[in-house]
Amino acid sequence: MQIFDTQTRTQIGEILNDMIQPITLVLFTKDNCYSCAETSQLLKEITEIKPIISLKEYDIEKNPEIAAQYDVTLTPSFVILDKDNQYKGVKFNGIPAGHEINSFISALIEMSGNEIAYKPEILNRIKRLDKPINIKVFVTLSCPHCPGAVQTAHRLAMLNTNIQSEMIEAQTFYDLSDKFKVSGVPKIIINDKYELVGNQPIEAFLDTIEKNLR
Amino acid sequence: MFQFKIEKEVKNPIFKETKLWDLLVIGSGPAGFNGALYAKRKGLSVGLISKDLGGQLHNTTIVDNYLGLNDIEGSQLSNQFLDHIKRLEVPIYQDVYVESISKIDNNFHITLSTGEVLKSKTVLMTTGGNPRKLQVPGEQDFSNKGVSYCATCDAPFFKDKHVVVAGGGNSAAEAVIDLSKWASKVTVVHRSQWRADKILLDKLKNIPNLTVHLNTQILEVNGESVMKSLTVLHKTENITTQLEADGLFVEIGLVPNSKLVKGLVNLNEKEEIIVDSNQMTSLLGLYAAGDVTSQPFKQIIIAASEGAKAALSITQYLNTQYKGE
Repeated sequence: MQIFDTQTRTQIGEILNDMIQPITLVLFTKDNCYSCAETSQLLKEITEIKPIISLKEYDIEKNPEIAAQYDVTLTPSFVILDKDNQYKGVKFNGIPAGHEINSFISALIEMSGNEIAYKPEILNRIKRLDKPINIKVFVTLSCPHCPGAVQTAHRLAMLNTNIQSEMIEAQTFYDLSDKFKVSGVPKIIINDKYELVGNQPIEAFLDTIEKNLR
Repeated sequence: MFQFKIEKEVKNPIFKETKLWDLLVIGSGPAGFNGALYAKRKGLSVGLISKDLGGQLHNTTIVDNYLGLNDIEGSQLSNQFLDHIKRLEVPIYQDVYVESISKIDNNFHITLSTGEVLKSKTVLMTTGGNPRKLQVPGEQDFSNKGVSYCATCDAPFFKDKHVVVAGGGNSAAEAVIDLSKWASKVTVVHRSQWRADKILLDKLKNIPNLTVHLNTQILEVNGESVMKSLTVLHKTENITTQLEADGLFVEIGLVPNSKLVKGLVNLNEKEEIIVDSNQMTSLLGLYAAGDVTSQPFKQIIIAASEGAKAALSITQYLNTQYKGE
């Protein structure tokens, strides 16, 4: 069963023409997991649309050491590696369907070597962040404002190796959403403590990080 | 089955190559899309700067009042508009926002979040609005801890819970319809009478888990780590009660996104951009259309029409009044 219809495939194909270098997706699934089969299918179809994207899929229970390399604990969860198979901290927990397909497409294009066009002063602020930072962005698939927040968080990760960023689909990971009291999305949580609400500009991410993690 | 709502645009180097545009449209809702469409058809060099393709169309589940298109999803309508623009090859600069606009001599300089400066003979502001807040104590504290401004985004969090919708217009009625599919109980609290279309109000009659309190005002949002209740004033009886609820969806209209041009053009007391019958602002060459303007009826079809009107006026302005070059 195909997950993308013909029109969607064509559209994605056209957008992914902007990709430059090959990249790798590493997916973790397990048996009887909600949306694992669909996420696996989605990623397979992406590699068919754009063969410079390769896919490795692991059963998390049989390969805990590989999952640990990328701090993966949930399923389905996947990370995107750059052309040198380096993990830059870009992770998706749950299927990037609905509106979230847009943050996934952005991450593919930007990980393949496209320049992230921030002003020099913003790039300098990002470069200066020297503490370990984890950014969680909770989303729902029906949320049009969410992909923007995920894209910004993932860009931060791509631009600084101290930063790890993860999309979390709130309904798939209900317990985690509950733990962080998520009842509105996008909800951005930095180092499990500092919160931002809504699709905030990069400046707001940086302000929160700089204020709290000096 | 999962659906996919693709918005990403193919990259467009033309933005870096074009030295002086005839028209740059800021904003990509119905007004911006239609402005770009009409301008392109008139032969203008036109580009669209977009932070959020489709704009507020994405906040609406179902649109049922756009002539010729009944019962269409907001995001589907946005995609159809976008397809039309793409067929005309209007370049779209996506995922950037405008930091400032200034008029130097006869042209506008638009500074983007990337640091680039684009130059254009005219500008059309179609930046729409953001949800208006109640501005009561507790609202900010429980924002995203029960208080929400986007029913389509956040409805799933309120499965089998009690939610309140604040507001009495079409958006409030639509939020009730969306939420009633998830919540165990929906209560409308509105400070005056319904303003929503009768056709929507008729639909509400069939919702069994709905209670409506008109002439009732929300005074405060209460809770601990999450929202627990609202303090409401029943104005007719002049009594205050506590209404226990897990969520509050605020649907009471818009705050216009006019900050960019504040000080540059005249705004009204609601901070909406004042336009004349040609959609021109108080600054020659700067036009506005859609929900950001002082036009009182915030409707998709009206925004789209204003976009068209603006583009035609701009064409006329460029042919007869523009003094540059």
